[in-house]
Amino acid sequence: MFAGIINGVSAVAIPLLMLAIIGHGWYKKVKVYEVFTEGAKEGFNVAVKIIPFLVAILVAIGAFRSSGALDLITGLLAPVTSLIGMPGEVIPMALMRPLSGSGALGIASELISTHGPESMIARIAAVMEGSTETTFYVLAVYFGSVGITKTRHALPAALTADLAGIIAAVVVTQMVFG
Amino acid sequence: MINTIWIVLMGGGILVAAFQCLGLDYSSAAGLVMDPSFTPLTELTKGLFSSAKAAVNLAIGLIGIMALWLGLMKIAEESGLVKIFARAVRPVMIRLFPGVPTEHPAMGAMVMNISANVLGLGNAATPLGLKAMQELQKLNKVKDTATDAMATFMALNTSSVTLIPATMIGIRAAANSTNPAEIIGPVILATGVSTTVAIVMIKLLQKLPRYQIVIPESPPKAGEREED
Repeated sequence: MFAGIINGVSAVAIPLLMLAIIGHGWYKKVKVYEVFTEGAKEGFNVAVKIIPFLVAILVAIGAFRSSGALDLITGLLAPVTSLIGMPGEVIPMALMRPLSGSGALGIASELISTHGPESMIARIAAVMEGSTETTFYVLAVYFGSVGITKTRHALPAALTADLAGIIAAVVVTQMVFG
Repeated sequence: MINTIWIVLMGGGILVAAFQCLGLDYSSAAGLVMDPSFTPLTELTKGLFSSAKAAVNLAIGLIGIMALWLGLMKIAEESGLVKIFARAVRPVMIRLFPGVPTEHPAMGAMVMNISANVLGLGNAATPLGLKAMQELQKLNKVKDTATDAMATFMALNTSSVTLIPATMIGIRAAANSTNPAEIIGPVILATGVSTTVAIVMIKLLQKLPRYQIVIPESPPKAGEREED
């Protein structure tokens, strides 16, 4: 029942959103085709812009993984994470997520291509990626841009939220797809 | 930070592979045995090259879905849908940011940033978030210290309020998933948990004595204009 509702939301969300956006644009007499293509041009730039970051992080992760170094660390942490049903393969992703957005994205896509998009490992990684943020980067860039050096309670609150998000991603994914 | 991580991953990987070339093995019967071979390092090299290739394939596979999504966003922007959304969430914003006047430009920028985050558009959200921080800074009395509103805004941003994880769906589609969007439901739930925790933590922590704002002893003299 629960899984059914969640799957329903997933299935309906995007088509409905697209219909709403295009319908509203048409109603407001926006030249939807012209405006769409104008926005779509950016898609190429965004994809190309992330190539250097993807190469850097995927190669580094590749080195760490194919050498067996990752297995050493994962072996150390696995007894703890298995308590919440988190597969060892996802540990590097959870460690990377608050530090580097492109890094976590790299690990997530690596897990998806290694284990297949329908595996539990890949699903947990995808949900974790979608429900957490690159805390250190966002804090540094946003506060840095206005010269805030005393960040008060922002970091402890944000890190607690990250931890909650990581645990929630594992638990919810296990509930829906397990 | 990311520099350190990169060095640890690359350097650690290469060193571990090199160490494994010694082929050390220990068993109680034979004791310490050494069986040197270059295989771990050649395997490592193969792995590095295939990772580099995979990275580019991944990015190219993303182009289509990014274009589709950014095109739709542009329509939503031009038709005023984004503004309608902003008006809808105003009651929530007023409660979250009691220190910010309703009509202040900071409110608008924060709503736009959160909307972009909700739609999973990380890159589109950043410029709006920076704009919001600049507006919030104008309301700030102690310029090097974060206000409650700033900390709340940061917590919302870092806990991620994504409802449509567009990039992740794109990567899953590029990997030939049979149902790339099936993660939306779980993401909404997990995001709900992390965002709730973020807001609760912010509201609890901001009352603690150690996080109180210290107002400097000598306030700026009258007539001296503060810089925005």
